[in-house]
Amino acid sequence: MKKRSYLALEDITVEFPTRDGVFCALDTINLSIEKGQFVALIGHSGCGKSTLLNAVAGLTKPTRGVIFLDGDVVDAPGPDRAVVFQDHSLLPWLTVEENVRLAVDKTAGGKTKAERRDWVMHNLELVQMTHAAAKRPGELSGGMKQRVGIARAIAMNPRVLLMDEPFGALDALTRAALQDVVMEIQARLNNTVLMITHDVDEAVLLADRVVMMTNGPAARIGEDRTVALHRPRARLEVIDNAEYADARHAVIHFLHERFRNPTAIAA
Amino acid sequence: MAAAQTTSHVSPPAGPAGVPGDTSAVIVPYPEEAISRRRFAPIAKPSHPLLVKAQAFAGGVLPTAFMVAALLLVWQLLCGGADSNFPSPLKVWTESHEVIVHPFKGVTWTSIADNGDVGIAGHILTSLGRVLIGYSFSAVIGVALGILIGQSVFAYRALDPLFQVLRTVPPLAWLPISLAIFQQAGPSTIFLIFITAIWPVILNTAAGVQNIPMAYRNVAKVLSLNPIEYFVKIMLPATVPHMFTGLRIGVGMSWLAIVAAEMVQGGTGIGFFIWDSYNSSLLTDTIVALVWIGLVGFMLDRIVAYVGRIVART
Repeated sequence: MKKRSYLALEDITVEFPTRDGVFCALDTINLSIEKGQFVALIGHSGCGKSTLLNAVAGLTKPTRGVIFLDGDVVDAPGPDRAVVFQDHSLLPWLTVEENVRLAVDKTAGGKTKAERRDWVMHNLELVQMTHAAAKRPGELSGGMKQRVGIARAIAMNPRVLLMDEPFGALDALTRAALQDVVMEIQARLNNTVLMITHDVDEAVLLADRVVMMTNGPAARIGEDRTVALHRPRARLEVIDNAEYADARHAVIHFLHERFRNPTAIAA
Repeated sequence: MAAAQTTSHVSPPAGPAGVPGDTSAVIVPYPEEAISRRRFAPIAKPSHPLLVKAQAFAGGVLPTAFMVAALLLVWQLLCGGADSNFPSPLKVWTESHEVIVHPFKGVTWTSIADNGDVGIAGHILTSLGRVLIGYSFSAVIGVALGILIGQSVFAYRALDPLFQVLRTVPPLAWLPISLAIFQQAGPSTIFLIFITAIWPVILNTAAGVQNIPMAYRNVAKVLSLNPIEYFVKIMLPATVPHMFTGLRIGVGMSWLAIVAAEMVQGGTGIGFFIWDSYNSSLLTDTIVALVWIGLVGFMLDRIVAYVGRIVART
């Protein structure tokens, strides 16, 4: 029998009851992710990307199928699968430091107070946010908030890092800066990452694999393209690289030719 | 596009697209009027900080003071006649002089005189004491019940219709029931305040709990917060603004209820004072009492709002 991957989604089907009967969001999805792999999940709005990510996070229960993480069955949310939410979801009544601290306190059992504080600061340093440790989220820009969101997630030392369109709400320049932060962190920590995105360049630049989903309902995995670019990647170097162009080409073709946006077809 | 980029490296940026680069050498004189506009006015010497504060204070208070003065004047003009059957402000001042200038008659730091011969502040303090007890009960029990029905769908479905019906019952309608239960004036007054003030506290707290954003709930789930941690770290802070909206409405309603209750039950308190002055045909005393009640009610509201801000900040 084949050895199971680090993160393995096996025959995941998610159905929601609605007024007009059962709505099938995801149809028998199979996905295997190796340890240390950075996988981008791309597809049109409403194709069930978030549902898939929520299933891995344990926030949504699949109707059928099982998710294995390092051999363990995933059936509830937990800090071993940290999530970077699209809307950052920082608690506005806590400072930046306290927000990260809350996550650290839940995951760093056995560490002393000073060690935890250092760990919080170390993670804020990774996203270059130590200067704002005492500020509250309301005082920060969108990009800074998402940096803190990333720090909170990686501070939990997750077995897999889930990112739900982390930069979707940011402007192009801020987004590029944060992509660089993520690449830097990935080079240092080599996390297993599952990231949802709408952005073709983001997917190809950051990911080792781009998993493309067909349009819902009953979305499936349409194509699975490996991006064979060596790391570390530099934004300005890869744009002239043939592999980058090929991968980009493949994703764009998938999204805009083979599986066009359903709302665009309707219009 | 590519051509424009290469040229921009060698020559200074040209004008808008289509304008040849060499025309930029023509010097267009800068309009005089524009130059004068660019000269800044000298920065005014900063005035004394106390002066600035005084100015800000005056700006905030003067309109109110002016309005009050105008209203008093109109009132005086309307009711100042000898045959007027409603007292004018001047008449209030002369006839209720004793009540206005000696509010603390019979009141010491430690006690309030028992013999009924008490200044108006004494009555207010007695009423405030009752409000404090009744309102404390409704705050604690109201918040607890609010969290219960906000958190549990079953409890919500079971209790919410009940609360919605009961909250429309006017305070005075509870009085006979309250008297029947407690037999004594004191406890039944406190019960009356409690039963009047509790509804907005319950309903607003419940709304606050129900409206905790999904995002915060998801964070709690991902962090695997246990119920106590969830309560302290997420639910309470997220609900505080709603909770204090309810508590503010509640304190206002309890102040409404006490006056009504004391008017019926008699003995002491500001409600009794009004009833007593009405029975003695001292309408001017009633007017003074109204001013006191209004100001104290305003203060109570501000105190609760202030506490809410402090709590929300920590």
